[in-house]
Amino acid sequence: MSLRATVRALPTMAKIGFAEAVAYRAEMLVWMLSTTMPLVMLALWRAVAQDAPVGPYDSEKFTAYYLLMFITRQLTGAWAAWQMNYEVRTGALSQRLLRPISPIAAYAMETLSALPVRSLVAVPMAVIALFAVARSTLSSGPFWALLPLALAGGWTITFLMNILIGALSLYTESSLKLMEIYFTLFAVFSGYLIPVKLFPPWLRGVVEWMPFHFQVGLPVELVTKGHEWPEALWLLGVQWGWVAVLGALTAVLWKRGLKRYAAYGG
Amino acid sequence: MRRYLKLLWIQLRSSMLLALQYRWDFLVDGAISLFYAVTAVAPLLVVFSGRDRIAGWTAPEALLVSGWFILLDAIIDGAISPSLTSVTDHIRQGTLDFVLLKPADAQFLVSTARFQPWKLSNGVAALAVFVYSFQKMGRTPHLVGAFTSVALLGVSTALLYSLWILTVSAAFYVVKVDNLSYLFTSIFDAARWPATVFKGTVRFLFTFVIPLALMTTYPAEALLGRLEPYKVAASILGTVAFAAFARLVWLRSIAKYTSASG
Repeated sequence: MSLRATVRALPTMAKIGFAEAVAYRAEMLVWMLSTTMPLVMLALWRAVAQDAPVGPYDSEKFTAYYLLMFITRQLTGAWAAWQMNYEVRTGALSQRLLRPISPIAAYAMETLSALPVRSLVAVPMAVIALFAVARSTLSSGPFWALLPLALAGGWTITFLMNILIGALSLYTESSLKLMEIYFTLFAVFSGYLIPVKLFPPWLRGVVEWMPFHFQVGLPVELVTKGHEWPEALWLLGVQWGWVAVLGALTAVLWKRGLKRYAAYGG
Repeated sequence: MRRYLKLLWIQLRSSMLLALQYRWDFLVDGAISLFYAVTAVAPLLVVFSGRDRIAGWTAPEALLVSGWFILLDAIIDGAISPSLTSVTDHIRQGTLDFVLLKPADAQFLVSTARFQPWKLSNGVAALAVFVYSFQKMGRTPHLVGAFTSVALLGVSTALLYSLWILTVSAAFYVVKVDNLSYLFTSIFDAARWPATVFKGTVRFLFTFVIPLALMTTYPAEALLGRLEPYKVAASILGTVAFAAFARLVWLRSIAKYTSASG
């Protein structure tokens, strides 16, 4: 599992992943439709904000927030936990382990190479957003330069969470229940359903530190005038701090879990 | 008819026996459902913080809608989706043949194949939400309305079941359908809000295309005693028509079933 071998295999893995994404395009469309929750929340909040703004958000700001949230979710999605649960249960993981490349790298490549197909929906949405959203609600140029970094961090946290929970299935046979709980926490505390700024102050202090907030909340806040410079840089630092913590935790859990892997079925 | 009641009893009993084997699941599911109830109510509290009324609904009134949402979710998880998700496995593996060979209606057999009684602990959470919100309002449920809402519970269950049958029927054509069920639950999620909050297209969609309004908002309005009788009648008629349509689609899809390799 040398690094060089992995790097050499990357283009091929990306090609395979892309072909898979194209082959299962109908499935992917359904997946994307099932992430339309921000648009429902947008309809709801616009009704709420009709007479008076809610906290820092008025109708215009909600529109910008939720359209960008929808796109961010498309770009930072990961689903390796379900795959890992399935492969551990059926023993299909054995085949992956035989290859001279870490399965985690393979999962990462499969997720990332689906991005071009996902962008087919996300990019037109972004164009629509650009026209629908009032300019005054968006941050100035330099903040947008931080966006790729924040998106990369958000994706990595989401992916590591998936691997972490997926690796737990090596210990408990199935961690899908845990995945459901994780997703509920994510939906409520990440800014996906409710902007983190709208939580009551005592809860906000906790929520802002949770990893969920850095998955999708932070990238959207950065480009919708959510933070001043010092705060933005600080939060970005915390985000990558979470990446480091989760990365270390995942590495340990995965390594120890593999020793327990019994390769059922097959 | 008596034969089917007997069959239902047998299927229920086997699910019960299975559930009794996993008694600890009762505690786990109980804890999870409590957690879900809290997370279902949390967004509501945030939305209502700082204002009394949204689209004519006060916070405790909107809480009633959330309560119905939790209750219906319990019904889906406990009685509807466990059976019907197993159909998609049957289709993919070709084992649906064995179901079709049995001398009873296939739709009946697949729909009663599996119940998860422990999931119904969610229903208790819903009742707690009802009690809490009526206590907040300082009143009791409207008496006639309470009966109407129980009738509407039957209507929404029938609607949800028909929607699931339609989803499962799609599995005959596209085979991989696990994510259709995710799509379904993610759309159903919008039912936790009073339907009158939505405007324009979204509202039309949630009243006529995917009748979420009918499932949670109407029963809540009935409990408050402000649901117009014509809406009840329309709901019942609409649901009967919808269920018949779902049955028709099921029959047509099953006629197209060509069995996968064994």
